[in-house]
Amino acid sequence: MNLSIAAQIAQTHLMAKKRQTLVAMLGVTFGIAMFITMISFMQGVNQFLEDSALDASPHIRMYNEVNTQRPSLIDELRPNGFNVVHHQKPKNEQARLKNGLFIAERIEREPGVQGVSPQVATQAFYNNGPIQLSGTISGVDINRENKLYKLTNRLKSGSLNALKTNPDGLIMGNVLARKLNVRLGDKVTVTTPTGNTRVLRVVGTFGFGVGTVDNTKSYANLSTVQEMLLRDPSYITDIHVKMLDPMQALPFGKRLRAMYGYYTEDWATANTAILAGEKIRNMLTFVVSITLLVVAGFGIYNIMNMTVINKIKDIAILKATGFDGRDVVAIFLLQAAFIGLSGGLLGLAIGFGLSYLLSITPFDAGDFLSLDTFPVIFAAKYYIMGLLFGVITTVLAGYFPSRKAAKVDPVAILRG
Amino acid sequence: MSVLSAQNLNKYFYDPEKFHVLRDVSFDVQRGEFLSIVGKSGCGKSTLLYLLSTMDTDYEGQITMAGTTLTGRSQDFLARFRNEHLGFVFQFHFLLPEFSALQNVMLPGLKLGKYSAKDVEERAMEKLRLIGMAEYAHKPASKLSGGQQQRVAIARALINDPTIIMGDEPTGNLDRANTENVFAIFQDLARKGQTIIAVTHDSDFAAGSDRVIEMSDGQIIATHENSH
Ligand SMILES: Nc1ncnc2c1ncn2[C@@H]1O[C@H](COP(=O)(O)OP(=O)(O)O)[C@@H](O)[C@H]1O
Ligand SMILES: [Mg+2]
Repeated sequence: MNLSIAAQIAQTHLMAKKRQTLVAMLGVTFGIAMFITMISFMQGVNQFLEDSALDASPHIRMYNEVNTQRPSLIDELRPNGFNVVHHQKPKNEQARLKNGLFIAERIEREPGVQGVSPQVATQAFYNNGPIQLSGTISGVDINRENKLYKLTNRLKSGSLNALKTNPDGLIMGNVLARKLNVRLGDKVTVTTPTGNTRVLRVVGTFGFGVGTVDNTKSYANLSTVQEMLLRDPSYITDIHVKMLDPMQALPFGKRLRAMYGYYTEDWATANTAILAGEKIRNMLTFVVSITLLVVAGFGIYNIMNMTVINKIKDIAILKATGFDGRDVVAIFLLQAAFIGLSGGLLGLAIGFGLSYLLSITPFDAGDFLSLDTFPVIFAAKYYIMGLLFGVITTVLAGYFPSRKAAKVDPVAILRG
Repeated sequence: MSVLSAQNLNKYFYDPEKFHVLRDVSFDVQRGEFLSIVGKSGCGKSTLLYLLSTMDTDYEGQITMAGTTLTGRSQDFLARFRNEHLGFVFQFHFLLPEFSALQNVMLPGLKLGKYSAKDVEERAMEKLRLIGMAEYAHKPASKLSGGQQQRVAIARALINDPTIIMGDEPTGNLDRANTENVFAIFQDLARKGQTIIAVTHDSDFAAGSDRVIEMSDGQIIATHENSH
């Protein structure tokens, strides 16, 4: 087989039917451009949601589940009896993690752990004059919390140090602060579920870009929240853990649970909805792109089939003068490959252009997400994937007509 | 020395009904011989030539050329053999329409790969000059007349200096002068050692060749040497 003659013949065939070549090319172009645009955008959305949600949530959260179902005494004594119990009250169990600070220190020493922040979290009402909003308040060691969530970068105003020096300080989610109409230095009345009220001063605001956090959460000193809940200084309700490798959180969480007997929740479980959305978007991208490419593939298959039929005399003459089956396959496969490659490259360029336009299109997601434009990822691997898809589809689509061409019986054609 | 040997060739067509088109055809051709095959239309001359060209492999009997048994060989082997040893001028179809006359002549030479592209081009020009088509070398084949195409096809058949040149009425579309030119070329090639096998309706052409095989109803009914 001599590729350069095959290429020369392929080129002549392509040039002889420029419009057909162009139509086949544009099919591939369209498919690849769509693929690039969709995957860049969808992966951008995935990445954005994942980043903002995962950044704002611990890799592992350890806590004590208080409202556990428990059987009534009579059920325990007569498990198979016909027992009717009205208005059973839950046991007065505390959300406390016993030896929470000690557990936190032990976890911190484990390999692969990036940081641990023991804290007290509770529901709270925020009052400013007539405005009353419900949310949560977390009592934390702000240095440790900072290590986990890079709070310094999330601060919209104020400083973390101000919280350390002020026992009545409060760092508030920026959306919550806006709704309460409070600014740096303003006072807020915070009421705990147990009915205790304390006036705290806003010394900072933060924004994660995740509505559910920025809307509801505030940080105060650990001791402050413990006092508000009338608890002792060893009272801890949650331990947040960040790992060096997020994937390690899943087995590590299970181990912690077995070791200390408290509930653990890893980031994947906590963000099931986001991860499910991610799967759906990935699926959508591939289904749409593959559909387009298959359509383009059928287009090429048709055009190549027509070419083989139109060129059947040429094939017979070539075979008669000594070209073998492989030469003929090469001639037609090269045509398909050229269509795939040039259409694909053009598709990449158009896909890049569309993604770029999308990435500079203003997009207002409101308070829910901190976005100015559509999130788009520009990654070389998508472009390589796109080109590979394009070339593989066209070569597959060109292969069967080429086989047919190779099987042409020259005598049947030349007899006339 | 025998350069081609056909032994007991039998061929059938099955469509529309079984038809015994070649019956026990046997003959030998010597190196440097100029052989004509004549016979009435429909007697099986083209069919025989397709068997000899190695393109039609559906037959009984045995064909040996240039010391190589060709019966039962793979398609790829036969393609290579044709490329190197056979030059063929077809009865009806000639050239690749989108290529120039020169490119058409060059293609089998490029495929053989014995000479560089530059040398192949030079040789192709030489063959075109020989056949009187040099001035049309760069014209697309589709723009040439039937006779001109046939002459380019003859040049193409010569490009690899094949052992055997076969033609199915190779002068069928040519005028008197060009027929005589082609005849002279064939005669010259035969004198230099190449072998010519030509089906013809032209009695002068046949009379000028070394030997004439006459066919009728798929059989060889007479063989006759011309003395010059
Ligand atoms: N493909 C075919 N199928 C069936 N019969 C054929 C076919 N080709 C040729 N024939 C028949 O075989 C006979 C010989 O044909 P051919 O070799 O072309 O004759 P010639 O070249 O001597 O004029 C004719 O009767 C013709 O009708
Ligand atoms: Mg004939």
